[in-house]
Amino acid sequence: MEPILELRGITKRFPGVLANDHIDLKLYKGEILALLGENGAGKTTLMNILYGLYTPDEGEIIINGKSINCQSPTDAIHAGIGMVHQHFMLIPVFDVTENVMLGNEYTRMAGFLDKPKAAKQVRKISDQYNMQIDPNALIEDLPIGLQQRVEIIKILFHDAEILIMDEPSAVLTPQEVDELFNIMDNLINQGKSIIFITHKLSEVMECTDRIVVIRSGKVVGESTPEEADPEKLAAMMVGRPVELKVEKDLAKPEGNVLKVENLTVVNKNKKIEVDGISFEVKAGEILGVAGVQGNGQTELVRCLTGLMKAELGTIEILGKDVTNADPREITEQGVAHIPEDRQKDGLVLPIPVHDNLVLNTYYHKPFAKGIVMQPDEILENAEQLVEDFDIRTPNTTVSVSGLSGGNQQKVIVAREFSRPIKLLIASQPTRGLDVGSIEYIHRRLIEKRDDGCAILLVSTELDEVMQLADRIAVMYRGKIIATVDAAIATKEELGLLMAGVTTEISPEKRRPTKVREIVT
Amino acid sequence: MEEKQDSEKRNFFSILLEEISKSSLTIIILAIFTGLVLGGILAAGTTQEIYEAFDESFSTGITESLKFIWETYSSLFIGSVGNPSKMFSALFSGDSQEIRSAFKPFLESLVVTTPYLLTGVAVALAFQAGVFNIGGEGQLFMGSIMAGWAGWTFKGLPSIIHVPLALSIGILAGALWGFIPGWLKAKTGSHEVINTIMMNYIAFNLSQYLIIGPFQDPNESFKTRFVEESARLWRFFEDPLRLHVGFIIAIVVAILVWYVLYKTTWGFEFRIVGLNPNAAKYAGINSSLITILALTISGAIAGLAGAIEMLGVNFRAVQSLTTGYGFDAIAIALLAKNHPLWVIVTAMLFGFMRQGSRVMQINTGIPIDIISILQGFILFFIAAPAIIRTIYRLKEPKQTEITPQLSGPGEKL
Repeated sequence: MEPILELRGITKRFPGVLANDHIDLKLYKGEILALLGENGAGKTTLMNILYGLYTPDEGEIIINGKSINCQSPTDAIHAGIGMVHQHFMLIPVFDVTENVMLGNEYTRMAGFLDKPKAAKQVRKISDQYNMQIDPNALIEDLPIGLQQRVEIIKILFHDAEILIMDEPSAVLTPQEVDELFNIMDNLINQGKSIIFITHKLSEVMECTDRIVVIRSGKVVGESTPEEADPEKLAAMMVGRPVELKVEKDLAKPEGNVLKVENLTVVNKNKKIEVDGISFEVKAGEILGVAGVQGNGQTELVRCLTGLMKAELGTIEILGKDVTNADPREITEQGVAHIPEDRQKDGLVLPIPVHDNLVLNTYYHKPFAKGIVMQPDEILENAEQLVEDFDIRTPNTTVSVSGLSGGNQQKVIVAREFSRPIKLLIASQPTRGLDVGSIEYIHRRLIEKRDDGCAILLVSTELDEVMQLADRIAVMYRGKIIATVDAAIATKEELGLLMAGVTTEISPEKRRPTKVREIVT
Repeated sequence: MEEKQDSEKRNFFSILLEEISKSSLTIIILAIFTGLVLGGILAAGTTQEIYEAFDESFSTGITESLKFIWETYSSLFIGSVGNPSKMFSALFSGDSQEIRSAFKPFLESLVVTTPYLLTGVAVALAFQAGVFNIGGEGQLFMGSIMAGWAGWTFKGLPSIIHVPLALSIGILAGALWGFIPGWLKAKTGSHEVINTIMMNYIAFNLSQYLIIGPFQDPNESFKTRFVEESARLWRFFEDPLRLHVGFIIAIVVAILVWYVLYKTTWGFEFRIVGLNPNAAKYAGINSSLITILALTISGAIAGLAGAIEMLGVNFRAVQSLTTGYGFDAIAIALLAKNHPLWVIVTAMLFGFMRQGSRVMQINTGIPIDIISILQGFILFFIAAPAIIRTIYRLKEPKQTEITPQLSGPGEKL
């Protein structure tokens, strides 16, 4: 069969880096091809070349047997290529139709917009692929899952035959992911072809026809979901065997370390973000907080770490009331914080690694004597931590901005773990990291737990919470709507809780795990 | 949410600051060179004789232009540094009178450099903590007038007490002028750029009122009395050389600020707040306090600059418009990438240009303002490094930082 898209020998060099090294790739009509690889493996570069954002140094792109020259996204769109970006490119105050027709407006004579015609077309596309989108809805009123569908409609509206989807599931709940996979099925059943970029192995196994693994700019393997298993794929991605399952013993929880009672947090606009929640975390256990992003987890963590004020309620750490204490007081209590946004809160990017490693201990001995800092001690500390935590950096004096995401996160973990701590508050500790770094950070978290540290783990990655946590609290609209034992919790149950469904579900009514027929 | 709005507010200035701090030494030197070339062309282009020469023939025009530009810059050099041949022969002759007159331009330039150096350090310090002190001029005015007040009010004090007293009062006045916008920013979030500019106007008008009002010399209108002899700064040479101990004080302040910024926990906190206010909050740094401190200390240093001008050079205040020091200081600090030690160099650049331009105006008739245009060009090119890179075919700085990203966790770098 003739491939609809073929990449031959695509090579792209950046100063000092070979981002794509003679990549060959074929995409057939009506298939979902997974492009699997770690961050920095070259997936995004390759797709940006295909989408006309970069020009390749070598190689050619062939669509339907014809070599094309994509100089800009406009060329790519004309060639029938569309891209769903990880961050949506929608205008919140416009409605669906306006967003979809943007850049390809239907006009009546004299240049007046023909919105009804466009709306009809949007409805038609929506019905064709069962996307249930109202053309007149405002984007800002739509949940994230539906906004993503608008992005897909936008591409189809431009008559795309090949859809590139860049980590589309990163922002969705498990249920929304299932629905997305249904839509992807509908698309390929009607003759579209999809390139699906991801680093999540479970999704690759569930929804794709073929898997191409990229590492360090090269294609290192190809497989199908039937042949491959997650361990093999992970090893291919990383280049060495990877432990996917986190090995851990049963927790031995002891006394309370963190006790939160009736905590309420409101944001600047007086909207309630955390709504009267109470929980506790004991020494030697991990309490996982699951939930779709934006259900109050961020505000909860910021309040616990002193970055946001509590409206009501109390926070006690080791019996001491620290409600509305300032961040330094809380840190001095033995609390470590891995912040949700490492670049915004956790690191000072332009300054060297060694300074970032003392970001919240710089005023303590031995790093400072009086007010005079001790550069030798700070450097020594840095060398030790770089060694202990396997931080990949040319040396400790380069600025943190030059490190990869995984190594930046390791800098934070190293800093927070290197002082005596009683409580660790980790928010999205592995977001955006590659398999190798995730494995490493997970192992460190379990080690810390076994050392008797209390850990509050907040993550929107359900798999992560299920693997690491001993108990799981699910947050929905600012409330903890259930706390379940991690050993017996199922993904379906948690997924429903994350969507706010609290009614007891009987085993028969549980949604069957979706099985998809493989289109060959 | 609040952080997001905050970061948007900082946008314009942050981007400017980032661009300038990224530029390399090569870019800065080339920018200065390009600025000089363009300034020369502009100077020639605004001169009647050049057009007459071009009327004669093209080649005469070109030679005349080149001659004119050479004359312009050589008189700028002689005016600011001195005449090299005269300096050499004076040194060989060993006659102290001759040496003094030969080195007068150089020493006078150092006098002009002094307020530039202090206000430049003041602005750089504030920048490092992420606040924009546009109010250096007002702080300098307040420092000057209040140091003067202390200089002529207290009588019969020994110099060793009177000078430090008057300087301290000037420092306090400048500090107060910095503290007010700092406090407003920390407590109400109002932007320091607006408030420091407003404080400038208050300072101008308040000092004008004082000069023609309570502080006016009973015998001479629109001027204050002279400060007492005991309050005047010690000078290194006899009149007419004016180089005074204030220049040394300024150098010491620059070194001190450098030490505090880069070697102490206080400086660490300043820089963290300046580079990433969110991370500063996360690290438990009291950023409101740092903001207030940064503007207060910045104001104090600018106040010191004013006090030194009063006690070392002017000895009295005269009703006048702005001096421009506080505004040029922003350019000086940016040019030095806010590094206090580099400020010594860039302040000298500005000081020497300002001093030399007076001689240039007398010799060639080119207005002093050409220097402002020249400085404008230099800053413009530093802020827009792409232009300099295009003109001189420089390569983009290599992004070696990408390299570590590509090595997977499996392999060592």
